[in-house]
Amino acid sequence: MISRRALVGFGASAGGLLLSGCDRLTASPSFREALQGGEALSMRAQRLLTDRGALAPEFDAAQRSPVFRANGTRRPASADYAAHAANGFADWRLRVDGLVARPLRVSMAQIGTMPARTQITRHDCVEGWSAIGQWTGVPLKLLLDQAGVRPAARYIVFHCADDYGPVRYYESIDLVDAFHPQTILAWGLNGRRLPVENGAPLRLRVERMLGYKHAKYVERVEAVASLAAIGGGQGGYWEDSNDYEWYAGI
Amino acid sequence: MPSPRPDPLANSGRRVYRQETVKVEARVASIPDRIGDGPAPMPSIYRHRLPTRLWHWFNAVVVIVMLMSGLMIFNAHPRLYWGRYGANLDHAWLEIGSTPTQGILRIGPVTVPTTGVLGRWTDRRGNISTRAFPGWATIPTDYSLSAARRWHLAFAWLLVLPGIAYWLWSLASRHVQRDLAPRRAELAPRHIWHDVKQHARLRFPTGEAARDYNVLQKLSYLGVLFGLLPLLVLTGMAMSPMLNATWPWLLDLFGGRQSARSLHFIAMAGMAAFIAVHVLMVLLAGPLNEMRSMITGRYRLPAPRHGEEA
Repeated sequence: MISRRALVGFGASAGGLLLSGCDRLTASPSFREALQGGEALSMRAQRLLTDRGALAPEFDAAQRSPVFRANGTRRPASADYAAHAANGFADWRLRVDGLVARPLRVSMAQIGTMPARTQITRHDCVEGWSAIGQWTGVPLKLLLDQAGVRPAARYIVFHCADDYGPVRYYESIDLVDAFHPQTILAWGLNGRRLPVENGAPLRLRVERMLGYKHAKYVERVEAVASLAAIGGGQGGYWEDSNDYEWYAGI
Repeated sequence: MPSPRPDPLANSGRRVYRQETVKVEARVASIPDRIGDGPAPMPSIYRHRLPTRLWHWFNAVVVIVMLMSGLMIFNAHPRLYWGRYGANLDHAWLEIGSTPTQGILRIGPVTVPTTGVLGRWTDRRGNISTRAFPGWATIPTDYSLSAARRWHLAFAWLLVLPGIAYWLWSLASRHVQRDLAPRRAELAPRHIWHDVKQHARLRFPTGEAARDYNVLQKLSYLGVLFGLLPLLVLTGMAMSPMLNATWPWLLDLFGGRQSARSLHFIAMAGMAAFIAVHVLMVLLAGPLNEMRSMITGRYRLPAPRHGEEA
């Protein structure tokens, strides 16, 4: 007869084995690949269920967070950025290039004259917190249409002015999200000029995705056919450095 | 210790529906478990069908992975809010944190010191960590939000797809209607209270009365199958910004994304409590018989306690 004590002991050691086993599995490349299959499945299922133009919920002004939390880089460290910030980004140029017919270099003044969209949306950090704020900016679609995205382009890459160790922040989205009506390069937050800590002068809003996709301090928008040559090939700074999901819809 | 005094009420509530379970008899083989002069052998019945047994063990692994990887995800932001938004400067109704010297759990206005377990604990290398949940409770052991998300969001599929299959099977095979749905007489408060008292005294049903689930089992299994599990899945989906665009009503149903996150955590705590009580009950009710029934399907009806009618 097996005693209860033995059974409890068995359970505890099985638990221990499960724990160390899980860590070993996490380290195994083939198991990680299997887990990544979950991301592919989630993306496919969500894309199947979601109309490509379905809008993220928008909120009333009264539903905004009292303080919109700033996260990640609060102020890019380069002297170049400091100089731009000091003169109100008057000399800041946004480049739109890569697989486009007409590469652009646009000033903040020019962007200010383009049609703007204002939306009160919720920002969801991958860590779990949310903040609701009112964003104003130029729909990315307008810039991409002006530049003329070539048929070979599959992704839009955002190159940023903030440093993360030796590299600058970068992110990417596909064309479904790039041409989405709520996808804007925002220059205003809660009725004011976008503060430096929230990504001045321009930050991406890609409302149906987690916070790290919303690149701040955007200085270049590049249309590419593949993400393989961008950073480590996973499509973004956090994707390359920490194995976060490129598809950040959940 | 169970009292040896015979309790005339012990089985009265269950006799009412005894005739309804006669059909089970067809699947019953009276196999003597012991040979010799001991007490009369109790019959063994076929209690759990194959889909139940498969799903039980598969889901046990999946739920534990979900639980432990979920605790790691919580560690990335160990604060819970009600409403649509919530970040560090907003009021959190639950928080696991630390002071310079101790770990704390705060729920509403109540702060409990939790040093050693939550908020301040020693990791396997002997270093002090101020993360919320300790390494032994999380997947992976060392802090990694991205790895925990990989586990959690991949295993979510293994929770949902087999779970839906089991739902369909358990309804189509009438397992839910026949074995899990409480009968009217069982739902009488007196009957439930009686069962609660019997459980608290560790006097579990024996003999014929153990043939079916008692009302507390029925309610807790139904509560997990049709309450906690779907609540966990739906609140999890309500946290997805993409699904918020697909099904905005999910957000409204739970009162916003941060409320959904809080409800997800509360449902997790309910699931953890269920697992703890479930394992405890198995250990108290006869672990070998219970384990065998969930492995082979065969369950030996427990012999009546001394002084009780069979």
